[in-house]
Amino acid sequence: MISLLLILLPILTGSLLLLLKGKGSIWLALISAMAELGITIYALLNFDPLGGFQYVWDYAWIPDLGMAWSFGVDGVSMVMLLLTNILIPLIILSQIGRKIENHHALVGLALIMQGALIGVFTAMDTIVFYVFWELALIPVYFIAGLWGGQERIKATLKFFIYTLFGSLLMLAAFVFLLGSDIIINQLDGISLILSHKVEMFIFWGIFMAFAIKIPIFPFHSWQPETYTQSSTTGTMLLSGIMLKMGLYGILRWLIPLAPNASAFYANLIITLSIIGVLYASIIAIKQNNIKRLLAFSSMAHVGLIAIAFFTGTLAGWQGGVFQMFTHGINVVGLFLVADILIEKTGVTDIRKMGGIASNAPKLAILFLLLVLGSVALPLTDSFVGEFLMFSGLFKWNMWAMIITGTSVIFSAVYMLRLYQKTMFGVVNENTKNVTDISWNELLVLSICSGIMLFLGIFPNALMQVSNPVLEQILSNFSRF
Amino acid sequence: MESILSMIILLPLLGFVFTGLLRNKLSKNILGIFSSGTILIAFGLAVKLFFTLTGSVQKSFNHTYFDWIKAGDIVIPFNIQLDPLSILMTLIITGIGFLIHIYSIGYMHEDEGFGRFFAYLNLFIFFMLLLVLGGNLLITFIGWEGVGLCSFLLIGFWFKTPEYNAAAAKAFIMNRIGDLGLLAGMFLILFHFGTLNYPELFVKIQAFQNIDILSLIALFLFIGAIGKSAQLPLYTWLPDAMAGPTPVSALIHAATMVTAGVFLIARFNVLYNLTPMVQHLICYVGIITSIFAGIIGLKQTDIKKVLAYSTVSQLGLMFLAIGTGAYGVAMFHITTHAFFKALLFLTSGSVIHGMHGEQNMIKMGGLRKLMPITWASMLIGSLAISGIPPFAGFFSKDQILAVVYAHNPVLFALAFVASMITTFYMFRLMFLTFSNAFRSDEGVKSKVHESPLIMTVPLGVLAILSIIGGFMGVPAILGGNNNFMHFLAPVVGEMHHPEIPHNIEMMLMGVAVLGACFFIGLSFYIYRINKLIPSDDTKSMNPIAKLVYNKFYLDEIYNVIIIKPIKTASYVFYEFIEKYVIDFAVNGVAKIVNLSGVMIRILQSGSLSAYLFIMVFGILVFLVLQGFVFN
Repeated sequence: MISLLLILLPILTGSLLLLLKGKGSIWLALISAMAELGITIYALLNFDPLGGFQYVWDYAWIPDLGMAWSFGVDGVSMVMLLLTNILIPLIILSQIGRKIENHHALVGLALIMQGALIGVFTAMDTIVFYVFWELALIPVYFIAGLWGGQERIKATLKFFIYTLFGSLLMLAAFVFLLGSDIIINQLDGISLILSHKVEMFIFWGIFMAFAIKIPIFPFHSWQPETYTQSSTTGTMLLSGIMLKMGLYGILRWLIPLAPNASAFYANLIITLSIIGVLYASIIAIKQNNIKRLLAFSSMAHVGLIAIAFFTGTLAGWQGGVFQMFTHGINVVGLFLVADILIEKTGVTDIRKMGGIASNAPKLAILFLLLVLGSVALPLTDSFVGEFLMFSGLFKWNMWAMIITGTSVIFSAVYMLRLYQKTMFGVVNENTKNVTDISWNELLVLSICSGIMLFLGIFPNALMQVSNPVLEQILSNFSRF
Repeated sequence: MESILSMIILLPLLGFVFTGLLRNKLSKNILGIFSSGTILIAFGLAVKLFFTLTGSVQKSFNHTYFDWIKAGDIVIPFNIQLDPLSILMTLIITGIGFLIHIYSIGYMHEDEGFGRFFAYLNLFIFFMLLLVLGGNLLITFIGWEGVGLCSFLLIGFWFKTPEYNAAAAKAFIMNRIGDLGLLAGMFLILFHFGTLNYPELFVKIQAFQNIDILSLIALFLFIGAIGKSAQLPLYTWLPDAMAGPTPVSALIHAATMVTAGVFLIARFNVLYNLTPMVQHLICYVGIITSIFAGIIGLKQTDIKKVLAYSTVSQLGLMFLAIGTGAYGVAMFHITTHAFFKALLFLTSGSVIHGMHGEQNMIKMGGLRKLMPITWASMLIGSLAISGIPPFAGFFSKDQILAVVYAHNPVLFALAFVASMITTFYMFRLMFLTFSNAFRSDEGVKSKVHESPLIMTVPLGVLAILSIIGGFMGVPAILGGNNNFMHFLAPVVGEMHHPEIPHNIEMMLMGVAVLGACFFIGLSFYIYRINKLIPSDDTKSMNPIAKLVYNKFYLDEIYNVIIIKPIKTASYVFYEFIEKYVIDFAVNGVAKIVNLSGVMIRILQSGSLSAYLFIMVFGILVFLVLQGFVFN
């Protein structure tokens, strides 16, 4: 029942909020999100990492085709639930006090999206997974398209069509598999004997959907513009949670459904991803638009997670799942800072900012912490994730790790540049009136940095949730 | 013992949190005293541990707090290691660190960022202690990157100046290049040995047969050391790092952080003993860097830059020693160098403080009478670095020369040259700064003053250490029993006495001392008697002088071969590939879809005859196909 509750609560509250206007709406949204977080924590406390799928809820849908509304939570899902349900309240909280038109509708859509995301992360049936996958696209389409910059319509439409195209390929693959009764069963995994040709077809169908969503080079071109143009809420939802759907999908569906094909194409995909990581890192070096810079940096970080998954190493998987969480927290914090800076200075170009540290010391300190997390300094959580992922890649190939490792140097280049251009230097026309952050922004950024440091020192607190199930999945597909 | 160790590490962290949070609420004196106090207590505890350790039979303690990272077969505990090597470094860090804290109370007193400065300084000490006390390579790495962060924050401490920010970023980024090497080395170790814990790791390394793998690991770790310890080709960040406040240069960029690379290799002595190829490489990198940096130092006019190049040069000598396998000797030089280089930097800070921010030696001169204590301290430091007996540098430098001679006489000759260059430019600095007439206008002169007691007392302590510090390790040939080497022996092995006859060793010592005296004399003749004043004007220089003055154009070369290409790539990727190639392809697909829509629409004309025609045509095609192809 908990799974169902987690899905329905935000969708119902969200729908209600679309209709309700007024000042209290955002607080209602916050209460709903906090309740959701509370339920998640309750579920976590009663969760057995070794116990496979838990909180399972089943209801036959089209029995002839083996389709059922079935949801459940295992270790990997649990990490994603935590990520989603921690970030949504933070995102709502961060926007309190902002003058946003139809704010009630914005938070309502965000909650509906939350429900859809939970559906994606708990679905145990391919078609159900697909349904929620598409459902999540609808609210974010409106969030990105209705609130945001001038070019947002064009960017959002591109994003929508592009990802929809990928999803349809995935649907084709899933429909093809219908009748073979694929419901993930944790204990014996998906034991499906597909012919070689069929498996290749299935692989590409599903992979394209994920590759576009993550995004993997060269299917990324929707991403920078969408992040740059859409509203901050939209950017946070997309970068913090939504792109993790693709990464999650790789572990949950792609590799188990098409293990041979995954192994077969691993080299190709790792190579593409390495190119993507370096490509995005190098582009980020010279970007001046703060949001676009962060968009490319995010693409580089996420590319590394995709690499780690396709190395098929335990360290890579564990580091990757951990990093999905840490990246989400970090990138939401960074986009919030970007939003605050744009809001306060009225410009998006980092060359036109400067000297903000003198006027806003709290912001300067918290921003510094987030930057350190982004460059994966030890004692931040991203370091643990990157360390494990790189060690997985190293096992795969030493030189590939060293070449990809240069992204660590590049990340220092562009993140320090970002920090110094905005925070350091002398105050100018745009930044002379900048004031320090408000209480809710302070709270959100402190929570993000707090989680970052806590998990940097005690990564096991989170890793122990997902590790057993990852070991399990990997051992089922030892040939991969 | 663990609780004392934990306190030593946590006290500076406490100081950081305290001064960081209350930096705007408390007075500068309270902040300064609290911050220095935590370091003093840590030093006291370290002294206590030192005596515990010397009195104990067991020489190595490894304590685990908890498992930090646990993922599959990778288990990395959060542990610390106490042994002679780590306690030596701890004593240096907290001891020198405390003196520099005290000095900073005076030096930074007028600065609005006073509290922030002390917070950073304490954080640095915390990370540096983690670096040396880490019980496995990853804990050392936390400290390693952490000190890099503090270095970044402190170089760019006056963050309103863009050049300082550039210097700070440069330091961090160049260190990261080395760190990538260290990271690769760590993965190679994990892959082959399955552990990063020092005690187990060293046992496994000794039993390991594959020299190629060991050499690769040794090489990767050395790349990390090159970045941190500012050796060729990654040294250019250190001279720029002088943008930071002078106490920072003394603590981080002379006495402690930059020696971390030497420390790392000493820590891995077991590994390097098995990889002679890499040892040779270390020797050459060390000696080339030492001479190269020394030559550049000859032409510098900024007082701190001279000292910066001298630091690079001295670090080169340490690497030279460590490359010959004389880990104890290198650690000894780290120790004495920490005394006299901290002293030299702090005295230069005193000069800058007295001159109200002036760093150019061309504008100084005649400061001896105006700043007598500073002058005396600087003189002691210069004599120590030149290796004049009985000052501290004499003992450590002499032993480096002896082990290098035993290793390879050619390297000895080069090391001798490097050493003479050092002597020459140090006294050039002395005479330019303190002798002859004052070279700025009278208005400046009237304001020049000796530094306050809070700055001169630390100078005094360091001066005493620079005088007597060498007696910790008096070699057998001078009638000592080299306590220093015996103390470190449990970690780095008993030092093999250089296999050269005593009379030759005496002769080497004599040559070194006489040489130093000669170059002091030469410097005296040129800069004191002939009163030569170097010029900043590059036009009048001959090509070689110009080349040296411009530091062999290394920064410019890096700019052309590395930085420019990456920036160009960044531009091309975004403006061309991203916008035209990739987007063109994506939009192209969309256009094809669109176009096929247009084409297909033509067929839907609504004209019955056209449909009939297409139908008949289609049937015909099928018939033809059936008739010809499928039969």
